[in-house]
Amino acid sequence: MSTAGRIVRLAERDRVQVHFFLDGEMRHALAGDTVLTAMLASGHTLRQSEFGPEPRAGFCLMGACQDCWIWQEEEKPRLRACTTLVAEGLRLRTTLPESWP
Amino acid sequence: MNEASPPRIVIVGAGPAGIRAAATLVEAGLHPTVIDEGYRAGGQIYRRPPAGFVRTPKQLYGSEAAKARALHALFDRLAKDGQLTHCAGSSVIAAHGGQLHVLGEDGVQVVGYERLILATGASDRVAPIPGWQNAGVYSLGAAQIALKAQGVALGRRIVLLGSGPLLTLVGAQLVEAGADVAAVLDTSPWQQQVRGFSGLAARPVVALRGMALRARLGRRYHAGVTLERIEADGQGVAALRWRDAGGRQQLTSCDMIGMGWHLRAETHLADLAGCAFTYDEQWRQWLPKTAEMGRAGNGVYLAGDGVRLLGADGAEIAGRLAAAACLADIGYQAPSISADLRKLVRLERFARGLARAFPWPAAMVRALPDEAIVCRCENVTAAAVREGTDFGSGEANRVKSLSRAGMGRCQGRYCQLAAVELVAAQAGCMPEAVGRFRAQAPVRPAPIGAFLRED
Repeated sequence: MSTAGRIVRLAERDRVQVHFFLDGEMRHALAGDTVLTAMLASGHTLRQSEFGPEPRAGFCLMGACQDCWIWQEEEKPRLRACTTLVAEGLRLRTTLPESWP
Repeated sequence: MNEASPPRIVIVGAGPAGIRAAATLVEAGLHPTVIDEGYRAGGQIYRRPPAGFVRTPKQLYGSEAAKARALHALFDRLAKDGQLTHCAGSSVIAAHGGQLHVLGEDGVQVVGYERLILATGASDRVAPIPGWQNAGVYSLGAAQIALKAQGVALGRRIVLLGSGPLLTLVGAQLVEAGADVAAVLDTSPWQQQVRGFSGLAARPVVALRGMALRARLGRRYHAGVTLERIEADGQGVAALRWRDAGGRQQLTSCDMIGMGWHLRAETHLADLAGCAFTYDEQWRQWLPKTAEMGRAGNGVYLAGDGVRLLGADGAEIAGRLAAAACLADIGYQAPSISADLRKLVRLERFARGLARAFPWPAAMVRALPDEAIVCRCENVTAAAVREGTDFGSGEANRVKSLSRAGMGRCQGRYCQLAAVELVAAQAGCMPEAVGRFRAQAPVRPAPIGAFLRED
């Protein structure tokens, strides 16, 4: 099953739907999705590189490459998208929060 | 010795090696602490999906389902019975003087150890291709984790490339699951693959299984390819330019690329724990030096793919052996090891055959164009590494300081072998003469706040 984003769901499709917010906009995902899966179900990339023009979408999916760190709202710490499960109501942002010191 | 309080033994990693090491210690009456980054034990190859997923072990692990199930059940039982302490979702970020710094949800804790068993596994050994910094380029391991632990493909039209058993395995698994795999491109030519055959014959069943998987790829599989460039648009990967074994230009459109040339041992913690290293000609990487059973000195033991790249079966054996060595050293009764040592010899012969059949693409890396990215973390180019070599001599850590290759957030895990290859080419020497990037703590990014505790 193709999604609106990068990923194709090949199995495990009968899971409860959850909602999260990306830059204030509500998105759908399935319970048990990692943040990486959830974001790439509705988009093609995760973040902008600090060092070049190419956006990034993760690389290793096992917590080794650190290519998938995502900002959260409300002064919460950044999270690693490949090793964090999406939670109902999670609020993510693609850019640095202004309140960040 | 047994009358004194039992020594504190910490195992890092809960894959096949870590689980077997833990079980061996528990059988001897000890209570190890197992620290693992995963939330559920199993490691990468036997990684378990989150709760609520319904595929069976057979669907997830294929021919290896029984082994995966046995390891999961064993670990879960030991944890449930309180026979070990399981620190899940925790990263060891530093090791020094009998202490580990462990990053978990509650910040950094210090965990002391008298004996340390490192079973840190391996990750994909990747080589840069022009354009690999684009979104949609993943490791082969990533493609497999996405399928196994999430039930997804990371793109609509997939090209897999590199060399080694994982290339064939991931290709066959994705095809089986219904993904659109456009091509599976092996940089190892047929005649090279045949050279590994005498080693591969050490495990005929595994070799035949590999050939059967290869057959399932059909006309998607091409041996002896030359990889040229990844084309991209605003959403990431759009196509791969390559040449087939006959030298003909090919352009395959795709939105996802999975790459890997076998494995690279995860050695950062072994380095911080003071282990010595030796360059392995066949695997073309630096590996920690150990005695036969994984003894590395100073109360440190190594097991699994983090020290010798033998795969999951070898990791189980090495985990038992490391625990047996540890038990013997602290005066406990150790289980018999002669059968395990014999098996290890056969696995080693097979692994050497694999290394010969599916080699690291040294010539491709050495010929990388100047503008190509070597370090994906900070977009350090091949030119910068070459300039660093000219300016700072051909020593790995000098070039690292000058070019910043290996200083990004992955800490050289995915660029260092290529960077060292480039330095060697530029300096006109062999990679082992260049040395290796020293590991630095923290070996995973840790926010400053994680170190601040209100006492």
